[in-house]
Amino acid sequence: MSVITPELIEQHQLTQSEYEKIVALLGREPTYTELGIFSVMWSEHCSYKSSRLHLKKLPTRSRLVLQGPGENAGIIDIGGGYAIAFKIESHNHPSFIEPFQGAATGVGGILRDIFTMGARPIAVMDSLRFGPLDDPEAGKRNARILTGVVEGIAHYGNCFGVPTVGGECVFESCYNGNPLVNVFALGVFKKDDIFYAHASGVGNPVIYVGAKTGRDGIHGASMASAEFTEESQQKRPNVQVGDPFMEKLLLEACLEAMQTGAIVGIQDMGAAGLTCSTCEMGSRGGTGIEIELDRVPQRAAHMTPYEIMLSESQERMLLVAAKGREEEVFRVFRKWGLDAVTIGEVTGDGLLRVRQHGEVVAEIPNRELADEAPLYDRPHTPPPPPAPAPEIPPAEPGAALLSLLASGDLCSKRWIWEQYDYMVRTNTVQGPGGDAAVVRIKETGTSIAMALDGSGRYCKLSPREGARLAVAECCRNLSTVGALPVAATNCLNFGNPEKPEIMGQLVEAIEGMGEACRFFETPITGGNVSLYNETLGEGVFPTPVLGIVGLMKTALPPSIDFKQPGRAVILLGGAGTAGAPRFGGTQYSKVMLKQMWGLPPLLDMDYEKRVQAAMREIVAAELAESAHDLSDGGLAVAAAEACFGPSATGAELDLDSDLRPEFLLFHEGPSRILLSTSAPDKVAEIAARHGVEAPRVGSTAPGRLVVRNRGQVLLDHAILELRDAWENALEHHLRG
Amino acid sequence: MKFGVIVFPGSNCDHDAWYAVSNNLGRPAEYIWHDSHSLGDVDAVILPGGFSYGDYLRCGAIAKFSPVMAAVRRFAEDGGLVIGICNGFQILVETGLLPGALIRNRNLRFICKPVELKVQTVDSPFTNAAGKGQSLCLPIAHGEGCYYADERTLDELEAEDRVAFRYVRNPNGSLRDIAGILNRERNVLGMMPHPERATEPLMGCRDGLVVFQSMAAALAYRS
Repeated sequence: MSVITPELIEQHQLTQSEYEKIVALLGREPTYTELGIFSVMWSEHCSYKSSRLHLKKLPTRSRLVLQGPGENAGIIDIGGGYAIAFKIESHNHPSFIEPFQGAATGVGGILRDIFTMGARPIAVMDSLRFGPLDDPEAGKRNARILTGVVEGIAHYGNCFGVPTVGGECVFESCYNGNPLVNVFALGVFKKDDIFYAHASGVGNPVIYVGAKTGRDGIHGASMASAEFTEESQQKRPNVQVGDPFMEKLLLEACLEAMQTGAIVGIQDMGAAGLTCSTCEMGSRGGTGIEIELDRVPQRAAHMTPYEIMLSESQERMLLVAAKGREEEVFRVFRKWGLDAVTIGEVTGDGLLRVRQHGEVVAEIPNRELADEAPLYDRPHTPPPPPAPAPEIPPAEPGAALLSLLASGDLCSKRWIWEQYDYMVRTNTVQGPGGDAAVVRIKETGTSIAMALDGSGRYCKLSPREGARLAVAECCRNLSTVGALPVAATNCLNFGNPEKPEIMGQLVEAIEGMGEACRFFETPITGGNVSLYNETLGEGVFPTPVLGIVGLMKTALPPSIDFKQPGRAVILLGGAGTAGAPRFGGTQYSKVMLKQMWGLPPLLDMDYEKRVQAAMREIVAAELAESAHDLSDGGLAVAAAEACFGPSATGAELDLDSDLRPEFLLFHEGPSRILLSTSAPDKVAEIAARHGVEAPRVGSTAPGRLVVRNRGQVLLDHAILELRDAWENALEHHLRG
Repeated sequence: MKFGVIVFPGSNCDHDAWYAVSNNLGRPAEYIWHDSHSLGDVDAVILPGGFSYGDYLRCGAIAKFSPVMAAVRRFAEDGGLVIGICNGFQILVETGLLPGALIRNRNLRFICKPVELKVQTVDSPFTNAAGKGQSLCLPIAHGEGCYYADERTLDELEAEDRVAFRYVRNPNGSLRDIAGILNRERNVLGMMPHPERATEPLMGCRDGLVVFQSMAAALAYRS
């Protein structure tokens, strides 16, 4: 048995005081295997030790929430006896090291989180952030990472048979050395068929199912300790490899096995593999678990207990069955050609006891291991004061619009999403390219709308306001298709929390998100925190990503594009106000001025809520022929995108504003939706009832987009010219 | 009149095919597991899309050895109606029930989008309810859908009126824009586009229903 040296403790990324806590808790020195087990369970990734204190500030309950944070996924009641499970998770670091497998296993991991609860996954979305493709130094590498990530997502999702129905893709220099890959998944099941990750019933068998355990993904790959090499014959790269076919079998087998009634509890093996699944199930069930590692199906020979317990081999599940009914479970897994082996049993002593060749190699109290991880109130400093606005030179709006439409953030992402099977399962009512994705539930006759929104730029300027804006925009996306936002999941991507300014960003963003989620009545039901997103000391922008789901009746939503000439165009919410201090986070500033300053656009949450309520009522009354929320790029970009439908219908807009042209066209003030209708009076009536401005700004017209302010022509373009710039930009950038 | 939907490990359009037939066509459908040696009492067979056996090695290459494919072959030889969609088409080609091969898309990427097809022949149990030259908008979703065969086979397919569908704007590099073909006896159809994904307005359109309606009509005529 190895001697635990200070170096070994440090290599396991445990502090001296954390180690002392382990010793006190065990009443003795840990074994090498136990040290490994503690190090993963008490890692930032598994224990949320830097963020837990602040995550408590988030709202997590509502009338519809059946399961909040703490399980594999959040669950809400959607009526009709059915529920949905959903969650977002990051796979940032692996996707940088190995884009294809990193992204693929990101999809695989979140899908398991969904079906381990008994839900069949019916939708996936991805929030992606890369360094710019035209970066003089990193551009080629960024393109390679993007291509690999997209192929990895496509490979896994398409083969598994879940539609990838939407997402976002953003470029910023701060992601050059640290791309963000956040994957959201959603599944549906009967309310009475929910399975939890609890180990209960002393004497019940603990069963391992799925892929064999190999040396992949062991965190020890980053360690070059004598002890490590001494105990393990070789080190494998810290990269997991995904097998979507295996996962598909696992899905079908698990759902079928759950129907037998013989399964008591079940959890997937994700981060920290067998360690995490055993001790968390035991902790939640208030029980102990004893396993014998000789029975664990293994892919490699001579694996040490340390390796088996810490392996992150993919496509594995751990379940507890009712004693005496094992055969019912085995029969199902045999049918699907999968390994299913009893590796131990539930005990009454509350301990995680691990044996190999009959000898105890680890013995740790489950509850302390899973729930008593260190908790830190890390020092945090408030964000620095906003930088003053520079002189903004006048520009030709037409040229600016073309540049914006062809920019990485705003251009068409068709090249990406056409690689995803977004239709399989034939539930996709609105797929990628809309404000929100809409997936119907055949069983209930209703639909779920979902959207992802992050706001790195806004949060860099003000983490609190940026997080609130992300919640507002995500809800606005849902309201634009007519859905009522009801619940959220979040992925918090930040830098090193040990730096007070980074910790300050995290605290501010969580608090801002909490305020907004409370106000918009979208509790956070789960999610993921990804810290240490830094390369060479440079952190990413604080990037909280929201995934919000909404409920709606099953109907084709108003899509973004104008359908035919002669319809009234209404700017629900009004033109808004803007000034230089809050213009520094816009796409215009990024693309045209290459600068960033001040604060993000000002959000009036009360007004935003009323705009959204009005919009939902307009959709419910079937008055909107098209609808598109204003966000990045402001009014001009939203209007242009509305012209890119199959009918290539344009518009003539006449504005009446004191704002200078750049602000009027490109400011990103929230609470605005551009819609076309054949019943402007009825729309105006609904807006007035909600106390919302709804100026009629013009009419749809064939072939061109023309925008005037008080008679002065600001924009006048053929649709095809705009469309060409927008549609082909990404492929052009990728080709370099 | 009953439709059987074959389920291989890795099939993922099996539910969609079942739903299209039972819900939107309004005919009974049942699943048939890949290791079954018999097709039971079904009157038509659907080989659905997906990644049978993970599609390792080559798409459809492993599925051809499954017990159910022996039963499907016998069923086809006896004149039963067999339609292979996407991965199902790849399996039919691998088993030799249809000629040619499906290779990687010309752009080397997976493509998912609606495409326009033209019905090339109405002289088949899969297209009898359509009009010759009729335009259909159906989704494709595949990485290996480029139809490939030698010149002689292609000539033969055309001479025998066995090209069922062609792409209007070829998305994947298929030779002679071929999207779907028939066997010589005309009771086996393979096609890359997904008719089951276009069988009700919520899916975008109902253009795919005509394929299943044609099959129902052919079966009704037989009985």
